[in-house]
Amino acid sequence: MTTLTETTGTGAARETPARRRRRVDHLPYLLLLPCLAVIAVLLLWPLGQVLMMSFYKLDSVRQLRGDREWPWVGLANYAQILGDPFFRTVLRNTVLFAVVTVVLTMIIGTLVGLLLNRLGKKMATFVASCVMLAWATPALTGTIVWKWIFDDTSGLVTWLFNKLPDGLSTTLFGRSDWTGYGWFNDPLLFFAILTLVVVWHSFPFIAVSVLAGLKSVPSELQEAARVDGAGPWRVFWSVTFPMLRPVFGILVVLSTIWDFKVFTQQFVLAGGTQDRSTFMLSIYSYAEAFSPPPKYGLGSAIAVILTLILLAVTALYVRMVLRQEDE
Amino acid sequence: MKKIALNGAGLLVALFAAFPVYWMVATSLKPNREIFSATPRPVPAEPTLEHYREILTGNLIPGVTFTDFFLNSALVAVATVLLSGLVALLAATAVARFRFRLRTTFLILLLVVQMIPLEALVIPLFLMIQRLGLYNTLPSLILTYLGFSLPFAVWMLRGFVAAVPKELEEAAAIDGASRAQTFRRILFPLVAPGLVATSIFSFITAWNELIFALTFVNDQHKYTLPVAMTFFFGRDDTAWGSVMAASTLFTLPVIVFFLLVQRRMVSGLVAGAVKG
Repeated sequence: MTTLTETTGTGAARETPARRRRRVDHLPYLLLLPCLAVIAVLLLWPLGQVLMMSFYKLDSVRQLRGDREWPWVGLANYAQILGDPFFRTVLRNTVLFAVVTVVLTMIIGTLVGLLLNRLGKKMATFVASCVMLAWATPALTGTIVWKWIFDDTSGLVTWLFNKLPDGLSTTLFGRSDWTGYGWFNDPLLFFAILTLVVVWHSFPFIAVSVLAGLKSVPSELQEAARVDGAGPWRVFWSVTFPMLRPVFGILVVLSTIWDFKVFTQQFVLAGGTQDRSTFMLSIYSYAEAFSPPPKYGLGSAIAVILTLILLAVTALYVRMVLRQEDE
Repeated sequence: MKKIALNGAGLLVALFAAFPVYWMVATSLKPNREIFSATPRPVPAEPTLEHYREILTGNLIPGVTFTDFFLNSALVAVATVLLSGLVALLAATAVARFRFRLRTTFLILLLVVQMIPLEALVIPLFLMIQRLGLYNTLPSLILTYLGFSLPFAVWMLRGFVAAVPKELEEAAAIDGASRAQTFRRILFPLVAPGLVATSIFSFITAWNELIFALTFVNDQHKYTLPVAMTFFFGRDDTAWGSVMAASTLFTLPVIVFFLLVQRRMVSGLVAGAVKG
């Protein structure tokens, strides 16, 4: 830049960059200002507010509007939650669901990524396009369709189970007529279906990321290992996985964060917030706060606990990204 | 032999991934007697648009039609896109074009705020909306979605700004263009495609959102489409044909937009995170 201005040689041109260099000092901050304001007001401030609200007893909208006072209760909301055996059920549901879903998503996503890398060009494009459809479908409508597939009268799954030979069906499950069977009534079955729905929504991202990772590393190493007689299992763990370790790290952390706070899919599958036996942290917090009678303070305390858990996972994520940037 | 096995696996994956989407569209085109028959048909035998006609002309709630909800959703999403695009463009320019002291701090802030569980913010944002007197208004949602979509938009857009060669702006400056002119005439047109891609993500965020829309808007006339769908869908005898037709209309714009920009999604979340 300096060389360019020097060659132009006129006084005016020489002044312009100098003046700009002085302005540069505050221009970037000025440009950042709206963005920082939005982040501060709409994300960071509410994050502080939820912490504050968790120390109060807030049971009516009029308190929120400021028409009534806020009684300070200290840690009473936390004591109430942590002392409630139901909270342990919710926490167990959340953690188990997240672990199972993340593991399944990672396994299926990675396998599909590896598969896409091995398929011929036309087939790979076709399969990838189908996989994209699952990714693009909004959580809401994707879940509604799965709910229809598991409908207790005309759903596809109900029909499939009715098609099973009666004897086999009876020995395996103790019933042969599945019409009217409530797939969502048993908590374990509910979670199995929820896992299916969430895995269906989230494996495409893993598959595409793994594929992108595979394309970015030389395939010669894998071929060499194959020529040396290594089986696919060995090739993956000894060659492919170590090369893609950073990508896998980020994917696991991102999936964990997403699966810990699943809301829409659960809300739609359960048809609202009535079914307490399948609660996980995010819906528990929501239901405490907004199902009548409202308990905003208690809901806030649960939200804070959820945030703290995710904060720990996020710290891990940021460290990974920063370490990668160093490399 | 191996090739057949691989292709077979590929077909299975394709089926698992695409089937629900296919089933949604197929069901929406079937007459009721096919939908509720004991033996489901893989393909509609007598395809019909009756369910679409039903939801587009009928009143879901007295006085309110599907089109009204669609327009509410579109209004909220477009407003979010415009606001978030403008603010993100300014911030992305700052980050991609200048070296300043707090630049790295800002980038880390962007990463961290993207990890804030939005579900945990329903209660405090509800408080804010109540205090601001925005309860039961669409602007309450626009404001909320602006906050949600902005960090990712900046993160993504900074790559596009950085990709525009600096020399172009310098040349313009030498020719006597002011800062504002350079921004408007040089940087903006070149970043425009990136801005479109970023906007699509903001659009999808706003279009798909359910929880906040469910909580901040109580007046049925102002429901966004996702809220209307859960309402519509919560009735006892579910009219699956209409539900699937509504789902298809809701999903279609998202799929089209998504396919246009999906490649950037991966780089934004994974590779983009690696580049300084």
